[in-house]
Amino acid sequence: MTQDNHNNAYKFGMVIDLDKCTGCGSCMVSCMSENNVPFKEDESNKRDSITWMRVYKLTNGKSFPDTEIAYLPRPCQHCGGEGDHGHSPCVSVCPATATDYGYDTGIVSQIYTRCFGCRYCMGACPYHARYFNWWDPKWPEGMEKYLSPDVSPRMRGIVEKCSFCYHRYQAARDKAYYHGDKDHIKEEDYQTACTTACPSNAITFGDLNNPAHKVHQIVKPDPHPDPRNHHVVGKSRNPKVFRLLERLGTNPKVYYLSEREWVRKQGDHYLEGEWDKIKNHHGTTSHG
Amino acid sequence: MFPFSFEWVWDIGHMIFFGGLWYAVGILSAGMIYVILKAAWDTMSESINNSGESH
Amino acid sequence: MDSALIPEGAKRCSLPKFSIGMAIVGAVLLWGVWAMFLCWFKGLNQTNMNDYYGFALWIWADLAVIAVGGGAFFTGMLRYIFNIKELKNIINFAVIIGFICYSSALLILAIDIGQPLRGWFIFWHANIHSMLTEVAFCLSCYFAVLTIEFIPNILENRQANKVPFFHHLAHNMHGIMVIFAATGAFLSFFHQGSLGGVAGVMYGRPFAVREGLLIWPWTFFLFTWSAAAYGPSFTLLVTKMTEVITGKKLVKDNVVHLLAKISGWMIVTYIIAKIIDTIYWAYVTAPSLGFKLSHFYTDNSFYGYWILITEIVICGIVPGAILVIKSTRENPTLRLVAIILGTIGVCLNRWVMVLQIMAVPVMPFDTWALYIPSWQEVATTVLPVAYGIMLIALAYRYLPVFPQEKELNSVKPITESE
Repeated sequence: MTQDNHNNAYKFGMVIDLDKCTGCGSCMVSCMSENNVPFKEDESNKRDSITWMRVYKLTNGKSFPDTEIAYLPRPCQHCGGEGDHGHSPCVSVCPATATDYGYDTGIVSQIYTRCFGCRYCMGACPYHARYFNWWDPKWPEGMEKYLSPDVSPRMRGIVEKCSFCYHRYQAARDKAYYHGDKDHIKEEDYQTACTTACPSNAITFGDLNNPAHKVHQIVKPDPHPDPRNHHVVGKSRNPKVFRLLERLGTNPKVYYLSEREWVRKQGDHYLEGEWDKIKNHHGTTSHG
Repeated sequence: MFPFSFEWVWDIGHMIFFGGLWYAVGILSAGMIYVILKAAWDTMSESINNSGESH
Repeated sequence: MDSALIPEGAKRCSLPKFSIGMAIVGAVLLWGVWAMFLCWFKGLNQTNMNDYYGFALWIWADLAVIAVGGGAFFTGMLRYIFNIKELKNIINFAVIIGFICYSSALLILAIDIGQPLRGWFIFWHANIHSMLTEVAFCLSCYFAVLTIEFIPNILENRQANKVPFFHHLAHNMHGIMVIFAATGAFLSFFHQGSLGGVAGVMYGRPFAVREGLLIWPWTFFLFTWSAAAYGPSFTLLVTKMTEVITGKKLVKDNVVHLLAKISGWMIVTYIIAKIIDTIYWAYVTAPSLGFKLSHFYTDNSFYGYWILITEIVICGIVPGAILVIKSTRENPTLRLVAIILGTIGVCLNRWVMVLQIMAVPVMPFDTWALYIPSWQEVATTVLPVAYGIMLIALAYRYLPVFPQEKELNSVKPITESE
């Protein structure tokens, strides 16, 4: 497989419309159910509970009546890493090759039986998208019968994270193969659980490399490196679209869309005056 | 770690990393084998000399 | 009772007194062992780590003991490669301290991983691009070097040395120690550096990330340098503590002054590099990612600018200055202050490069995360200290660790071996 994201390979990604997201949490619930994500009896400590998809609440910081809020769902960002070469922050640091970058899909995988729980990947991920199994997974009696047979449950002492419902990709690939066109998975055949569960259609998922896919049409990713920061590749040419912490050069494949300036501004850190310089042509001109 | 592990790639990175590692391990092992053999030889020579002197 | 094992001519406390001391420290050790088994059998839910603090007290302890244990490789390098003869009077002790530090680090790592039985994956399925892989390989190999360096000292025990094979083995090992020491220096350079690289390559963490040379971030070089600088200070500190506890002078002043001087110059040069690194990071690296320096030191209840000032000025510039100036270096009180500050300084640096990295919020809507370790984490961190005390006590009692001890303590003729 060639080591870039721009040839015939897929590059799966999503765009989440934050103006449509109501913060209902359906994406979180569907994700947990689809992927056999374990939970604890007491979930009050959010820092040691597992939520592959987590919804953050953002505010504009203003007092009533000018207060505005937005909800930001955060799955694993499936970073392409600096220069989009596949050296994601987590993949590059894993000492036992237990997390891997799929150059054919752009998906960052986690090999549960290989991970020995050093948690370096968790430290390296700025999005807190990686979770450790502090306990053995336990389901209430009878509930284990409802677990998905397509996803292996994880054991205590290892790291897990959103896989972009990789088992659904495998099923779609099998289907495409069966129909004799193994190299072309249909857009509707591979959709993540969160995408299908979102009642307000805030999440759009597909192949960022395929101009026929809706996600590509919304994001309009620029395949060239940002002239002012060569680590950044795949920047959106849509001025209303942004990525989380884009300046770090992690090159996530999860994009966010909002008409509201204050929401877009919360996607990254800006020094005084920087935002004003780029806000009107964000997406067309780079910020270093 | 070994060329038969499936992660192994014959690239410059693996050659430098594991080249350095096996070089260091080789020196340590060879050094220890040498001192152990030499100590055994010295002990034997000493005991032969001693038994020779005692006669 | 055990006088036949005690080095000839050396005066030691009675066996009952020694045993009582060992029992007290042993109780602390058992407390740590209990916590260790709890972590192994019940899992890491026994700790207060969480998904924000994947790296916490244990990784700090690891980095700290390896840093202070750096005295072994650096002193070994100076003694065997640069052939500084005076250091032969402290090298045994430096090796023992290094052995304790590295064995502790390996033990802590074995507790710290979520699936201890899979620990060997780091070697077998090695990802050579990970700094942690380099750490694992070099650390294990260097521990082998320290064991090799420690063996001759063990074989010099009064009874062991009577066995001809052991006598010759110790002699022959001394004969080629320069080769082992050189290999140790090579391995140490890389694992000390890689421990710094662990933080420096985390480009998703603006507090940690650094530019660098080829594949190595600047923290790689700073960690090696600081271990070589502060490690000898720690060796001197433990020597001083041993002298106070035993009530004997064990190493001559000229040796102490020499090692203190070397440590001082290393600290001064290190701290200059550290200041340059900090300024470049604060004014170039972090701002290029949209972060102001104040982001890392404000809006939380613990991490303020005080930590930066303490690390660099109070525990860096001050001990460096004390140790390079002859008059202050040769003043025992000031020298003690300097080596204590230096040891705190390097431990604080490791704390910052582990715990503060985890604490700083990166996403703009995220918050600071602070953490307090659980008793199990504290107990397993204290465990190596207890183990270290016991090993030093045993080594001091039964091995000829300090070649100058007899000469320095031969005022009265020794009439009995206690």
